Amino acid sequence: MIMTMVQAINRALAGEMERDDRVVVFGEDVGRDGGVFRATDGLFDKFGPERVMDTPLAESAAVGAAIGMAALGLRPVPEIQFMGFIYPAFNQIVSHVARLRNRTRGRFTAPLTIRTPYGAGIKALEHHSESTEALFCHIPGLTVVVPSSPYDAKGLLAASIRSDDPVIFLEPTRLYRAEKQDVPEAPYDLPLRQAAVIREGRDLTIVAWGAMVPVAHEAASAAEAGGVSVEIVDLRTLSPMDRETILASVRKTGRALVLHEAPKTCGLGAEIAATIGESALLSLKAPVMRVTAPDITVPLPKNEDLYYPNTDRVLRAVRKLMEY
Amino acid sequence: MIERFDPLKGERLRVLDEDGQAVPGLDPNLSDDLLRTLYERMVQTRAADAKALKLQRQGRLGTYAPSVGHEASQVGLASAMSRDDWFFPYFRDLGTFLTLGYPLADYYHFWMGNEAGLRTPDGLNIFPISIPVASQIPQAVGAGIAAKSRKLGIAVVTTFGDGATSEGDFHEGLNFAGVFRTPNVFVCINNQFAISVPRSRQSAAATLAQKAIAYGFPGVQVDGNDVLAVFAATWEALAVARSGGGPTLIEAYTYRMGDHTTSDDAARYRTKEEVQQWERRDPLARFRLYLGRKGLWDEAYEKEVQAAASDLVEKSVAEAEARPPASVDDIFAYTYAEAPPDLNAQRDELKASLPEGRR
Repeated sequence: MIMTMVQAINRALAGEMERDDRVVVFGEDVGRDGGVFRATDGLFDKFGPERVMDTPLAESAAVGAAIGMAALGLRPVPEIQFMGFIYPAFNQIVSHVARLRNRTRGRFTAPLTIRTPYGAGIKALEHHSESTEALFCHIPGLTVVVPSSPYDAKGLLAASIRSDDPVIFLEPTRLYRAEKQDVPEAPYDLPLRQAAVIREGRDLTIVAWGAMVPVAHEAASAAEAGGVSVEIVDLRTLSPMDRETILASVRKTGRALVLHEAPKTCGLGAEIAATIGESALLSLKAPVMRVTAPDITVPLPKNEDLYYPNTDRVLRAVRKLMEY
Repeated sequence: MIERFDPLKGERLRVLDEDGQAVPGLDPNLSDDLLRTLYERMVQTRAADAKALKLQRQGRLGTYAPSVGHEASQVGLASAMSRDDWFFPYFRDLGTFLTLGYPLADYYHFWMGNEAGLRTPDGLNIFPISIPVASQIPQAVGAGIAAKSRKLGIAVVTTFGDGATSEGDFHEGLNFAGVFRTPNVFVCINNQFAISVPRSRQSAAATLAQKAIAYGFPGVQVDGNDVLAVFAATWEALAVARSGGGPTLIEAYTYRMGDHTTSDDAARYRTKEEVQQWERRDPLARFRLYLGRKGLWDEAYEKEVQAAASDLVEKSVAEAEARPPASVDDIFAYTYAEAPPDLNAQRDELKASLPEGRR
């Protein structure tokens, strides 16, 4: 069935709720309204108010409550309306969600999937364009997942909900309705912790995720026209990271460019560059390069396009790498 | 009974006066067996607490948050619970843990610095000690939501201090509980201090119990040094919760007789006179008088109870200290359900750097 990413997410939620009656969805506006992006559209009517709960507006309590629900056997899928509003829940996520298994030596766990829309590019107000995935990747115990296509979104969300580990599931708002794809009706899952080589090439590897994947594709096609063959690794699970797929690609191409829309300093690009430096240095024909957002606050919509990397910036970096 | 004590009018539920005399009409008339069990648990709590402080001074136990003075609150609330109820503690809950059947050796093991002590034995519904203040409250509410939607007919109890009522999680949690009408019993152990900051600097409200009113459910202040008052209030709140009547906030009004933790020196911020005043309200002494009046206490019984407590404490210390230290595998194994290859590589690298005996 042809659908957008947000529809695929909706189908994944419905599918998992049908498969497993322990799965519950809750948050601000997720019930009757079906979510501000309609990700939970129709779930309230189908599954009722005990499994699709509109909650008071309180992110920390939503995530905290999810921990207690999990203790009593539920599989909670709280939604934080935008990543820019997840910070009130940061204490619950960092101090409890991520550590409960370790703190209790496995007696209690937090098999939550915390969904949140993230990233720039939809001309929204301040705090609606954040890309702070690195904050979560830094925390042991969390799994951080970002889909880049409708097909991946459905399979990765299903896998996240089925996972016994807590997952921060980041949904790139720019891709919610950007592309339609044929997505199977039946539930399926895709492996977590596995990056995908989504375009094969010989000369250079671009590592990207989420809304940067289409940018990487566009740049790769333009580069191809200029005779440069680009391979793209879509990370999909940011943490724990599939380093082997990155390294295998870089060992083959000899050049690496990390592309992310989060700020540069201490972004995931630094971790990826270090990984390549540690394990594939002698395969490199040029230093690892990063094309990222600058270390500034996301500008308001009028200047938003200056912020996140575009094809031109990627192509300039590709040229530099090839000329090194 | 809770309804008869309006926090807005400054009314506080107290069953026993300072001479151990029960107020007519309020005595829950518990069986002799249960009364003696309450006393024995309080004695055990005090003995186990004193031992923990000693062990800390000797370097055999880490930073410790003592429970002395809280025995009536802890034992009273836990004794009212049933085995199917859930408990979400804070970090000063020795008497609660003991009463609910948590092995003292495990409790010591945790405070000696090993997570293994926080692995609640199977069959006990006790969440781990929560150190970030108030963060356990929304968790308890989530358990309440699940208990209600799964129609388990159980209640969920959570404890926290007076300082916790200033945290956002307290407000958010109680607000959720009111909206979802969850089977929660919130027990605020108001011991007058958040480390050094007095109760008067936490809230301008006359009582903490009255905060419940704004969340749409009842709150009651009870004498936290009166084990029968805490028991009776908790018993009633639990029954209301289990039968679908919604949450209750209980403020157990007490005093922290010890330092905040072994790293604190309370003499810096409170007077001897104040502490002495509270010594006269000692929860054990008061209950002993009550038991004496009922013919349930004499010197011989006291000796017996003290000896049993000391025996439990010594055995538990020995057991905790005999446990092997955590291995490298232990500290890595519970980060994820299944460790990623990177983490295993980090573990192996750490092991390779260690002498044989520490791997």
